[in-house]
Amino acid sequence: MLLAVLSGFLIAAVAPWVHRGLGRHSGWALAALPAVLFIYFASFLPALGETDGGRIILEYDWIPSLGIQLTFLVDGLSLLFALLISGIGFFVVAYAGRYLEGHRDLGRFYVLILAFMASMLGLVLSSNLISLFVFWELTSITSYLLIGYNHEDAKARKSALQGLFVTVAGGLALLTGLIMMALVGGSYELHELLTSGDIFREHDWYLAILLLVLLGCFTKSAQYPFHFWLPNAMAAPTPVSAYLHSATMVKAGVYLMARLNPSLGSTEDWMLLLGLFGAVTMFVGVFLSVRSTGVKQVLAYSTVMALGTLTMLIGVGTETAMLAAMAFLLAHSLYKGALFLVAGILDHEAGCKDFLQTGGLRRALPVTTVFAGLAALSLAGVLPMFGFVAKELLFEAVLEAPALAGLLSVFAVVSAVMVVAVAAIVGIRPWYGPRVDTPKTPAHEAPPALLAGPVILASLGLLFGLGAGLVDQGLIAWAAAAVYGAPVSPYLSLWHGFNLPLLLSGVSLALGLLLYLNWERFRRFTGFMAVVDRYGPEAAYEKAMAGMVWLSEWQTRVLQNGYLRYYLLTILISTVGLVMVTLFTRTHVHIDLDLSGILVHEAFIVAVLLMAALVSVTTRSRLGAVVSLGAVGFCVALIYVLFSAADVGITQVLVETLTVIMLVLVLFRLPGFLGLTPMVLRIRDAVIALAVGAMMAVLKLAASTTRYADSISEYFIQESQPSGYGRNIVNVILVDFRALDTLGEIVVLALAAVGVYAMIKFRAEDRK
Amino acid sequence: MNSQFALQSLILRTAAHFLLPLLLIFSVFLLLRGHNEPGGGFIAGLVAASAVALYMFALDIRSAKRVLRFEPRDLLGWGLLFGVISGVPAVFVGQPFFTSQWLELTLPVLGELKVGTPLLFDVGVYLVVIGAVLLILLSLAEAED
Repeated sequence: MLLAVLSGFLIAAVAPWVHRGLGRHSGWALAALPAVLFIYFASFLPALGETDGGRIILEYDWIPSLGIQLTFLVDGLSLLFALLISGIGFFVVAYAGRYLEGHRDLGRFYVLILAFMASMLGLVLSSNLISLFVFWELTSITSYLLIGYNHEDAKARKSALQGLFVTVAGGLALLTGLIMMALVGGSYELHELLTSGDIFREHDWYLAILLLVLLGCFTKSAQYPFHFWLPNAMAAPTPVSAYLHSATMVKAGVYLMARLNPSLGSTEDWMLLLGLFGAVTMFVGVFLSVRSTGVKQVLAYSTVMALGTLTMLIGVGTETAMLAAMAFLLAHSLYKGALFLVAGILDHEAGCKDFLQTGGLRRALPVTTVFAGLAALSLAGVLPMFGFVAKELLFEAVLEAPALAGLLSVFAVVSAVMVVAVAAIVGIRPWYGPRVDTPKTPAHEAPPALLAGPVILASLGLLFGLGAGLVDQGLIAWAAAAVYGAPVSPYLSLWHGFNLPLLLSGVSLALGLLLYLNWERFRRFTGFMAVVDRYGPEAAYEKAMAGMVWLSEWQTRVLQNGYLRYYLLTILISTVGLVMVTLFTRTHVHIDLDLSGILVHEAFIVAVLLMAALVSVTTRSRLGAVVSLGAVGFCVALIYVLFSAADVGITQVLVETLTVIMLVLVLFRLPGFLGLTPMVLRIRDAVIALAVGAMMAVLKLAASTTRYADSISEYFIQESQPSGYGRNIVNVILVDFRALDTLGEIVVLALAAVGVYAMIKFRAEDRK
Repeated sequence: MNSQFALQSLILRTAAHFLLPLLLIFSVFLLLRGHNEPGGGFIAGLVAASAVALYMFALDIRSAKRVLRFEPRDLLGWGLLFGVISGVPAVFVGQPFFTSQWLELTLPVLGELKVGTPLLFDVGVYLVVIGAVLLILLSLAEAED
């Protein structure tokens, strides 16, 4: 399993060379990996029935010394996702090989798409919350890179950044939520947390955890009001849209909500939040979808609709709702994957990016027409298709919902009407009717690599519809059971008799076709939406980003003003303030000042030191200031030597010497003083300087008289010879006991030197 | 380019020629004895750097660079490398990174000799200090014109 998850990353690492070696067949060659993974995951299916609870847990040592393990959880839910990811991944990789043929960055594309696939597999199979989160963020990052694949296009870059910001901001909330969950549940392992739902539901943190986790899920799965990034993500190449932004990644949020349902679900908050947000997203998504004309925009907004539907169903939380959610998830991935790939064919063969440019293409692209139609039928939920089964269940679930049944039903029916219209736009508009001049005239039917995906995914929609019970018992019931937290009796079938859901299906079908016939009038009628857009969530996002830039500009101007003296002032004042406040509020300072043991020569050195310091601040000559500072330094060195700190004393002498040399080299080139600082400022500086000095003195006295712990010096003195093999304790500490600290210090020293060097060299070059 | 620093003092120039090797040997002595007596990589590095600085003031920058032979930048790199490498052996014997490793040798003439990773680390410190000080000093001195 570990190899299965990581293989995507491993193959991704060599993908560019594979691509270079195999040329135009690289797509098929690399698609072999998802194909093998699909078979591997499928092999778990029979095993699920043999375990109790339909759950297999696989553990690998990750960091054994810290007791961290990598745990994978295989149950119906993760298997359903893993099969979708690897199955659709196969078609997408093969498709991309032909679709992007000749693109100079195709090698990089393979790297990203395979790395994405591996991250997504890791996300749905992880049982450990932390590794789940790591994979979650990896999908965000690979998605960012894939949306921005055409990186020379400013719009693509902007969209990529938007998607990243929205999902990663949610990711931060999610991380907090997951950590709180782990603290409450006492474990980071999902398989342990899932069995302890009541602990969470009755805990004080429940609402906070719920909101944080949902924020992560809603942003990832493009729920209203975070839905805006998804249509913009369509700047990615079509295979990416089909794979990430329709069939898999955007469902990660749905996955997590489904996964956590046994722990966090079936409370009133859960039902209200998921039900309402899901329903609104469903409605907004499909409404915007009918209003759009861009091929990928229509599909993207209908994906938003599907994500909303799934969220709503998980919120409803009944057994039927879970079955409906899982069936709908499968149906949606199949038909939406197919339709996006068809959209790619439209673009690739006919150059069409907008439905208004299309029409009458059925003669030029006969095979595409048939299977686009098949997928559209599934989308509309027409009788023999799997989409129909899912829609029936959806109606049944919302009609029987424990809360808000009426409201959700109205939303569901209205949305279903519009979904039918969307299906008609996709399945009828480009293919039938009079031939419209397309930007490119298709010379021939699309090649097999492009057709394989739509043909097989759309056909599966029909096959699963006819054999609904089969899929149900094999997979959907297991998945629904994992979400529901208890065994679910298989229920899926094509025909449930004449009942209310069937009636609603029929009505929505008829009204939807009517809407399609009046498509243009509908778009004109809803023209006012353009005004609403100006104040919508995307505008809020733009404002927030602009605000952030403004804020950082402002704080940079204030804090990074470029004047060394202000930096020093800020640092010193805040140090004095913080240290003093802490010292006097948190500790009981007790200062013992005993001056009786001072000898004459010691007092003399201190007097010299004080006078040198006084000269250095009052003199008007730069050189004088440097020299008297040097005198201060040598006095300090003398004090070190007198108190038998020979090493420190030597160091001090040497450092003083070199400092004076450096200062002289610098001062050499400065012009003479032109004007002196006004008196007020000098008094201010004097006050600050005295305050810093006083603080250091108090701190030192307090430190030597107030001890909270035994000094470590004794230990060093004792251990220096036996464990450090050295009599010079200072040096043993430096190079042995605290070698890591010293390493840090020499790194800082080296960096400082390089910094000075760079400043001097660049200035010299600037002047040339 | 060095008019302002060359003090044109014959005595200093002659002395510098003798002092440089003496000071450098002294710095190595300080480096090696540092484990038991006052000294060590930091101090030794400062002494060596001062020796080259003295040479620079007595003669000129170009001679100082020539006598140094190494680019100060390279010394920084080597020093950091030695510092990090000295922590590695501990990992192979299953101890935490940077645990010191000692080798006790009995040589025919010198008697007992202890060689350990802290010495290598100290050499790293020595090189970084020389590199950092001279990098700053030489570039400051060179930037005069």
